[in-house]
Amino acid sequence: MRQDPNLDETEGVRIRKVDLNPKKDEPLTGRKHNMELSIAAWIFVLLFALLIGRVVWINVFEAESLRNNINNTKADSNSDNIIRGDIRTLDGTVLATTLVDENGNQTRSYPYDNVFAHVVGYASNGKSGMEAEENYALLSSHSSLLKQIRAGETGEKVQGDRVVVTLDEKLQQTAYYALGSYKGAVVVMEPDSGKILAMVSKPDFNPNFIGMEWENLVSDTSSSALLNRATQGLYPPGSTFKMITTLAYLRAHPTDYSGFSWDCEGALSQGDVTITCYGDQKHGMEDLGGAFSNSCNTAFAQIGLDLDNGQFRKTAEEFLFNHALPTSMQHSQSIFKLTKDSSSGEQMTTAIGQGDTLVTPLHMALVTSTIANGGIMMRPYYVDHIETNDGTIVKQYDPEIYKKVLTPDEAGILTDYMKRTAESGTAAALSGNGYTVAGKTGSAEYESNGVTGTHSWFCGFAQTSEPHIAIAVIAEDGGTGSATAVPIAKQILDAFFYG
Amino acid sequence: MNLANLQELAVRAFHYVSLALMVIYTIQSVTVFRQRHARSMEKIFLRQNIEMFLIHFLGFLTLFLNTFQESLIFFYLAQLIYLLFTLLLFRNLYPRASRSLINNMCMLLVIGFIMVSRFSTDQALKQFQITAAGTALALLVPLFVRKLLVLTRLTWGYVFVGIGLLGLVVIAARVTNGAKLSISVAGFSIQPSEFVKIIFVFAIAGLLSTQHSFRRVVIATVLAAVHVLILVVSNDLGSALIFFVTYLIMLFVATRNPFLTMIGLLAFCVAAVAAYFLFSHVRVRVQIWRDPFLDYAGSGYQICQSLFAIAAGGWLGTGLCQGSPGAIPYVSQDFMFSAILEEWGAIFGICLILICMAVFLMFINIAMKLGNRFYRLAALGLGVTYATQVFLTIGGGTKLIPMTGVTLPLVSYGGSSVLSTILMFAIVQGLYMLRGDEVKEERRASWQAEARSEYAPREDIRQGNASRMGTRPESASRMDAGRDSTRRADARSRAGQETRVWRQR
Repeated sequence: MRQDPNLDETEGVRIRKVDLNPKKDEPLTGRKHNMELSIAAWIFVLLFALLIGRVVWINVFEAESLRNNINNTKADSNSDNIIRGDIRTLDGTVLATTLVDENGNQTRSYPYDNVFAHVVGYASNGKSGMEAEENYALLSSHSSLLKQIRAGETGEKVQGDRVVVTLDEKLQQTAYYALGSYKGAVVVMEPDSGKILAMVSKPDFNPNFIGMEWENLVSDTSSSALLNRATQGLYPPGSTFKMITTLAYLRAHPTDYSGFSWDCEGALSQGDVTITCYGDQKHGMEDLGGAFSNSCNTAFAQIGLDLDNGQFRKTAEEFLFNHALPTSMQHSQSIFKLTKDSSSGEQMTTAIGQGDTLVTPLHMALVTSTIANGGIMMRPYYVDHIETNDGTIVKQYDPEIYKKVLTPDEAGILTDYMKRTAESGTAAALSGNGYTVAGKTGSAEYESNGVTGTHSWFCGFAQTSEPHIAIAVIAEDGGTGSATAVPIAKQILDAFFYG
Repeated sequence: MNLANLQELAVRAFHYVSLALMVIYTIQSVTVFRQRHARSMEKIFLRQNIEMFLIHFLGFLTLFLNTFQESLIFFYLAQLIYLLFTLLLFRNLYPRASRSLINNMCMLLVIGFIMVSRFSTDQALKQFQITAAGTALALLVPLFVRKLLVLTRLTWGYVFVGIGLLGLVVIAARVTNGAKLSISVAGFSIQPSEFVKIIFVFAIAGLLSTQHSFRRVVIATVLAAVHVLILVVSNDLGSALIFFVTYLIMLFVATRNPFLTMIGLLAFCVAAVAAYFLFSHVRVRVQIWRDPFLDYAGSGYQICQSLFAIAAGGWLGTGLCQGSPGAIPYVSQDFMFSAILEEWGAIFGICLILICMAVFLMFINIAMKLGNRFYRLAALGLGVTYATQVFLTIGGGTKLIPMTGVTLPLVSYGGSSVLSTILMFAIVQGLYMLRGDEVKEERRASWQAEARSEYAPREDIRQGNASRMGTRPESASRMDAGRDSTRRADARSRAGQETRVWRQR
């Protein structure tokens, strides 16, 4: 009977009641008396478990990105034992390699000089681009332990792993020479995978001579040649932003958007702000697609006035404005500033891609690519896999869906409008080349230090029925999109479809 | 195969052997308590010692092969002698001391010796001297604890000494890294807050053990708040947090009132939010915690380097001297755990956490067995102080919580820290033996009772209580190393008081 647990429990309750009275002495022993101590012990056991959990968590989920962090120089000490690995394209073209002379001196060599300067980066005087992001892989060796030991015996260094990238050497060259002497950037992507096929930024530098030219490159702040404009340059998007304004309008008018009509008189005033169409054109009567393909500023300014700012901002943020892009590449965040309290002037300028909105070329390529891919945004990436010196794959990177940003219908409507732009609108120069293009031009006016100018933009993809390639081009001070960016895009498309 | 290559392979082999030894040691520090016989426990404790000496030997051999510094050999031998002396002396002077606690203390010291030597032989030498001196002092501590009952009645003495020392720091301290921590006495830089931790625990134990009326709780709370506020003013947030948590837990166990603890917790949240908005350096720390890479080159640098170190180590570690944990500023004080994770790996680090946990549980276990409320609370308070400090430093280094800049007890470099921790361990050893005294006293009383053929408890125990007590399972008798675990009683050893007897079936 004494073993009856209930008895024990009631006893426990009684004891506790007594204990709450501070005047009386407590009974000194028994399990109940130790309950508070047990609770305290358990709290700390839980905290210790949390510490162990954290150590495990870092190793399972965070270690890789920490090792690849751009600021992480831990792997550099490996260079005493390991020859920095090559960076190559999928077809075996060497973009960066390490030459070892008979005395064992190593030099990093870049066979294409300036062409891949920003995207591949440099590995001395600090690191940038792939050289920085894949530093850990390049300075690790996964070749067999036997080989490493044998190499150690003969006093040789072990060859580091090879980074194989998705860049296309021919497209990169074409893009590089097509951009010519313009400052600016070109990003070429594969819409259904997110693979980066080409990434050019100008002005550039020769990574082979980075040590010699370092002082000049750093001191010349006016051209900032070391900056990868493709991923870190922030530009006003100009009319290319109308892709997003149009989407916001489609979402505000899901059923009656086709009833949109606007009589463009060349200018629209609201308060003390007047929006005019480029080159003082008057587009006359147009539907939504017409306004899009004509890049009609007054029509979109009106749309901007009609849109709810909160909804507009939401659409832009779904497209990752004010957010980091889903990629390991170092990049700047695009900026969209419109809020509920913004003035009508800000509404109008934002709708036509001026205002305070700023965007990176990589981001515009991603937006275009998402539309091309039926609304599904893929994570952009440029490392296809990492392999050992003798070609055994160590790690393969596969295409990854980031999220669904548009419905297929929305993507279809936008594609239609972009198709019209490339057939009869501002990008008509791209029609009749044997491939079908959907695109949007932009002429982004800017003012900095009292100097005004116009950046030339083009975003587009081809083919329209089955997109293989998405392009974003910006040429600083290139004038209208039609004048400069569209011909650059045409050269790249020609190279892609006809070699 | 050339010599350099052979050496490299050997060092690598040493590394893996050390990892295996550490894992075995950790497992044994838990399984030892499942042994029922004193002899088999003793065997495991001896094996643990062998594993510890091997890790120590392999560690210093690796250090030697890396630097070929002859002084390392002598240094190693000195440490070896010290460890042997500590183990043997404690065993022989205090046969009833907790072997588990001694073993774990020595293991943590060994890891600390190796790691501090790896960074700086000078620092290691200094650390070793203080450790040796501290241990000599510590050998006397259990004696004091056992013989001087007056220690339990110096409550106000503890309060004044504690607050006085902390106040002295505010007035006279040098500012290191934005925090007022240490004062110089006779050429030694002393960090009083490390010692006040112990005094504080004693003060609170004194205040709350005799009574816990509302008035008493208010007095204790005000005094604790004074301690904490002084530490906040001297910008020693880590210590402030340790004092606060210790007080809260002691209050909870003493009053057995969860509401008071909740109120305390609530007050903490309010204070934390207020501190966030009032002090820019608190905001900076939270900012670093949320995203250290935002200000990589500035305030976030230390924690970023710590994370890089942990990532570089992976599960198995780079091997001793193969990593670069030196890149973390103040690595040997505040970020020792990250350095250990880099060079010894996550598995070793997890073992280290488990050893720290075993130490804490031993403290709590001792508290559970003590009858005297003052000693109970003191053992608990010291355990909580220790555990909180471990949590703050490891949690801070791994970015689980914002960084507070406290040391990993016994492992990190820091004279005051290592000295106060050794004293803390010694005090708890004293308490452990005190519990032994209680058992002994009890046994004598029990024999006397048996002589009078009285199995039933004496009158002073409430009616019927004893027989019920008899059915209660022994909560932690397994930890009771090799002693007569079927017989147990707690006795109040307040001078002149009667001993209560409960016989356990």
